[in-house]
Amino acid sequence: MDANDLGAIWLTLKLASVVTILLLLFGTPIAWWLARTRSKLKGVFGAVVALPLVLPPTVLGFYLLLAMGPNGLVGKFTEWLGLGLLPFTFPGLVIASVFYSLPFMVQPLQNAFEAIGDRPLEVAATLRASPWDTFWSVVVPLAKPGFLSGAVLAFAHTVGEFGVVLMIGGNIPNKTRVVSVQIYDHVEALEYTQAHVLAACMLVFSFLVLLTLYTLNPNKVKGREQ
Amino acid sequence: MSQIHATFRIDRGDFRLDVDLTLPGHGVTALFGHSGSGKTTVLRAIAGLEHAPGGYFALGDVVWQDDAKGIFIPTHQRSLGYVFQEASLFEHLTVEDNLEFGRKRIPQSERRFKQSDVTELLGIGGLLNRRPASLSGGERQRVAIARALLTAPQLLLMDEPLAALDLKRKQEILPYLERLHDELSIPLIYVSHAPDEVARLADHLVLLDTGKVVASGPLTETLARADLPQAFADDAGVVIKTVVTHHEEDDLTQLDFVGGSIFVARRPETVGRRLRCRIHARDVSLALEKPVASSILNVFHGIVTAIAPTDTPGHVLVQLSLRNTPLLARITERSRKALNLHVGQPVWAQVKAVALLA
Repeated sequence: MDANDLGAIWLTLKLASVVTILLLLFGTPIAWWLARTRSKLKGVFGAVVALPLVLPPTVLGFYLLLAMGPNGLVGKFTEWLGLGLLPFTFPGLVIASVFYSLPFMVQPLQNAFEAIGDRPLEVAATLRASPWDTFWSVVVPLAKPGFLSGAVLAFAHTVGEFGVVLMIGGNIPNKTRVVSVQIYDHVEALEYTQAHVLAACMLVFSFLVLLTLYTLNPNKVKGREQ
Repeated sequence: MSQIHATFRIDRGDFRLDVDLTLPGHGVTALFGHSGSGKTTVLRAIAGLEHAPGGYFALGDVVWQDDAKGIFIPTHQRSLGYVFQEASLFEHLTVEDNLEFGRKRIPQSERRFKQSDVTELLGIGGLLNRRPASLSGGERQRVAIARALLTAPQLLLMDEPLAALDLKRKQEILPYLERLHDELSIPLIYVSHAPDEVARLADHLVLLDTGKVVASGPLTETLARADLPQAFADDAGVVIKTVVTHHEEDDLTQLDFVGGSIFVARRPETVGRRLRCRIHARDVSLALEKPVASSILNVFHGIVTAIAPTDTPGHVLVQLSLRNTPLLARITERSRKALNLHVGQPVWAQVKAVALLA
């Protein structure tokens, strides 16, 4: 492995970690809302969150590229803020990845929250716990398998993304060139040995992630309780 | 003591609730009714788990809900304890952490009960380090009751806490509930559809039917009303409060009440202990003259105070007064005609069976 390969691995891990943390922050309230709401909009929001599951990554990447570009709403906003344009930068990659991996965080969490049901929340209220208190002292511990599944899946899924990265981030060493792109580059350059090493790393990594998930949580993968 | 006022109206199309209750602020009030009568909904509305728009609830001068004035105190700010029908312990916490969950959330100054006292009262001292999953149904419910008590609530609410348990577990918990009744001064509202539990525990009885209050009054008076037999059907009967007065040499125990003495098989209770007896209407027969040469020991002289129809075909319910203690007898319409029974007539009542509620 050369410096470029190591740089790509480091960048990939950094990207996946930042995205996972952001998804825990933003995915949790979305999953909570989806699990608890009786609003008619639940179906609409549920479908929007699930879109990246079925959409080709290039389609998602294309729209995000337009939105974040100089003529897009997001692009104009970031320029107005003095941040410049996001495509072909690490923050741009983070934002795109958050959208791309959103369902992998939200769905296990939503299932875990739904499995808890109303009763523990009512019990906590009759024991003087405010809703915020109840969330931390009852919901989070009971939904732990959901949080674990969501975090692991979101992390692994971000590590494995390719199409969105290529559309948004391009191929800039140490800035936006992640492992999957690096493998693509190696293959294009007919550097099969290097491609082999990185591909094997990805394979082992993905297997270990899923193995951990299934052994820690045999019946609760994707947050499904028993 | 201060009274409890509750007014709730809920209209869900297929289910309507319309109750306006004034309840005593002490002792045990039973909300009794069949499933679908709205008893659980009333309890949930009292707790604030359900918001009945336009409702009103006050415990003494503490108002928890008065929608006319825009007052609705959220559940977690109400000083109440709630025991749910099924096990509701937090599975991620030990028994001790479950018990502490509520207690540590109330101000220090309000912690009236020590954990050790409550665990002893409910017989769960040996379970503190266990996980809820390893407890029996009866143990879980006792822990849930202890957990509610430890918040030192101004009002205890129990939603059929024994319904999910088998007979043996029920027998295991009932004595603890009686101890709560005798040893604590917290008013308890108890939802039940089991006449036995109600007869044993309640001081005040509210009968609910399809979302409406059919009757509300002291237990003994309400049970003895001849016009409400349909609420209890085959279980119609009175509860008589007696005192153990004498253990006889032939292994019988004498229990005295205002209207006379009842003899039952020898009881373990000491002389002077109070005991509730339940006498089913179907176990009482009537005669115009004092029965002689009969094997039945418990015979009382009384006066007919009411006669009402029952749901059992061919039968009527006769209400008697034994020196002001009411008794119900279910006899056939044919017998009523044969004896020419009417209100005001003196009769002899023979009691074939007495159920002791202990």
